[in-house]
Amino acid sequence: MLVHSRTGKWATWVVFFLLFLPLFALPLLVILTASFSTHWSGAFPSGPTVENYGAAVRGESLQALTTSLVTALAASVLALTFGSWAALAAAALKKGGKRALDALFMLPVAVPSVVVGLAVLVAFSQPPFLLNGTRWIVILAHTILVTAFAYQSVSAAIVRLDPMYEQAAASLGARPSYVLWRVKLPLLLPSLNAAAGLCFALSMGELSATMMLYPPDWMPLPVQIFTATDRGSLFAGSAVAVVLMGTTLLVLLAVSRIRTKASFR
Amino acid sequence: MSSGIRFESVSVAYGKNVVLDSLDLTVEPGEVMALLGPSGSGKTTALRAVAGFVKPASGRVFIGERDVTALPPYRRGIGMVVQQYALFPHLRVEDNVAFGLKAQKVDKAEIPARVAEALEMTGMASYAKRYPRELSGGQQQRVAIARALAIRPNVLLLDEPLSALDAQLRSGMLAELARLHRELPDVSILYVTHDQVEALTLADRIAVMDKARLQDCGTPQELYRRPRTEFTASFVGNANLLPVQVGAAGVRFDGVELSVDTQGAAEGASATLCVRPHLVGLGEGPNALRGTISEVQWRGSTHRLYVEVGEGRHRVKADVRELRETPVLGEDVVLHFAAEDAVLLGAGVSGG
Repeated sequence: MLVHSRTGKWATWVVFFLLFLPLFALPLLVILTASFSTHWSGAFPSGPTVENYGAAVRGESLQALTTSLVTALAASVLALTFGSWAALAAAALKKGGKRALDALFMLPVAVPSVVVGLAVLVAFSQPPFLLNGTRWIVILAHTILVTAFAYQSVSAAIVRLDPMYEQAAASLGARPSYVLWRVKLPLLLPSLNAAAGLCFALSMGELSATMMLYPPDWMPLPVQIFTATDRGSLFAGSAVAVVLMGTTLLVLLAVSRIRTKASFR
Repeated sequence: MSSGIRFESVSVAYGKNVVLDSLDLTVEPGEVMALLGPSGSGKTTALRAVAGFVKPASGRVFIGERDVTALPPYRRGIGMVVQQYALFPHLRVEDNVAFGLKAQKVDKAEIPARVAEALEMTGMASYAKRYPRELSGGQQQRVAIARALAIRPNVLLLDEPLSALDAQLRSGMLAELARLHRELPDVSILYVTHDQVEALTLADRIAVMDKARLQDCGTPQELYRRPRTEFTASFVGNANLLPVQVGAAGVRFDGVELSVDTQGAAEGASATLCVRPHLVGLGEGPNALRGTISEVQWRGSTHRLYVEVGEGRHRVKADVRELRETPVLGEDVVLHFAAEDAVLLGAGVSGG
């Protein structure tokens, strides 16, 4: 502990809650409360109900949830594959090449996602790559956006990976491909897992690029929430938002459980 | 199949920085060769050149009759053990040992027996199901050795394998390594160390390295009893190095005539006389040196005396059997040594 005195500790906790609660917890709490109400005119919401959830877990919303889950899953798997591949390739490159690749994969993070969405829209609206109007363009845009994060976290993990494991394996007669599958990837598993969780969460919440791209039959949940609140259905939208939040947290929890197992091995 | 290692003027450089300068060295089949030197002397680089982890700028490396200079590490047929063990943390002990066999596609039916054999040989059979993190440092090193031996290499490379262990464990493992070598007489071992005791105990021959170059090579006895250079004398064991002038029937040290074998050195030449501290006696005797005690270290079974001798106040170390009464600093004493215990190092040799 950095703070030793008893009053000092208390003061730190008070300051922490004063800052933390309004900034992080309160907005989420507001959505949670709103999702259980029908009116909110005074300081507190009124007309408690669970009907919002009835609508949030069936019909259009349920379809949007599945759409989001499938999109996030596909984008995460693709991003993890390409991101790890690129990170492994970059690690084998000389300094200049690695820096160039690092910069390239920084782009989707540095550029506003609206720009990425527009770029994808323009690039894939004409033959031979006519993806506009299909679900693939949404998945592609999400993949591009989250690959950057996959690349960065796997890249950082590769730097930390002690080369002695690779060398020990090579001295035992293992070919590079065998070393990759049996030594490097297993040792990188905790980081790959963390990257997967990050990619999934980012894709689940992606709105701005998706807005520009989604076809009518492939509307992810964030878009659904946006349109609902835009129409003025604030409380129904809140319920859908809570469903989105809950689902994402549930998946992240499952992923982190796998991670603890992997790192304890 | 013969299994020696041969370096043919192997040089390694990182940019302009030469870390190994045209090394010529042959390790005979079944021989234990220790590469001994301080850190940065190029000894580990030499080992890594055999393993294939550094590419020589020039020169060639042979394992047996095969030129392996251009071969990738996994095709060299070596076993390697490093200081930090490098056991795969995600695999159990038995899977660590089986790793090389699986990688080399050894017949599946044969693997369990060979894993058991390798673990038996290193006394780790009862730990087969454990993970590396559940083992102590010494146990991990045994597993690392078992893993290297399981693939039945012709050549075993040991890179400071005992440096991470505490002193007591180290002497135990030293005995284990000596036993393993007796059990595997065909395996050539290249043993990199900075510890002279390890080198003297284990090696058939020692190659002394310093400043990226091979300084000296010979059996431990040769290097210890008849060192050729000051560096060897001071690095392989402890040494008093006294600047002397060669005379007619001996040498002259700071005005004192000492009778030693001059080995035909030219009269009047400058040379260095090497005397091991434990061969220096306290009291009157042949080749007496008079001086005052400047420091005393009690080491349990011995006392080390630092005595400033003669006009030039040269410091002479003497390791004498534990004295009943600890000598007082500043006391005048006489040291002596037998003529046959002194070695005259070549005139004009520098270094160390």
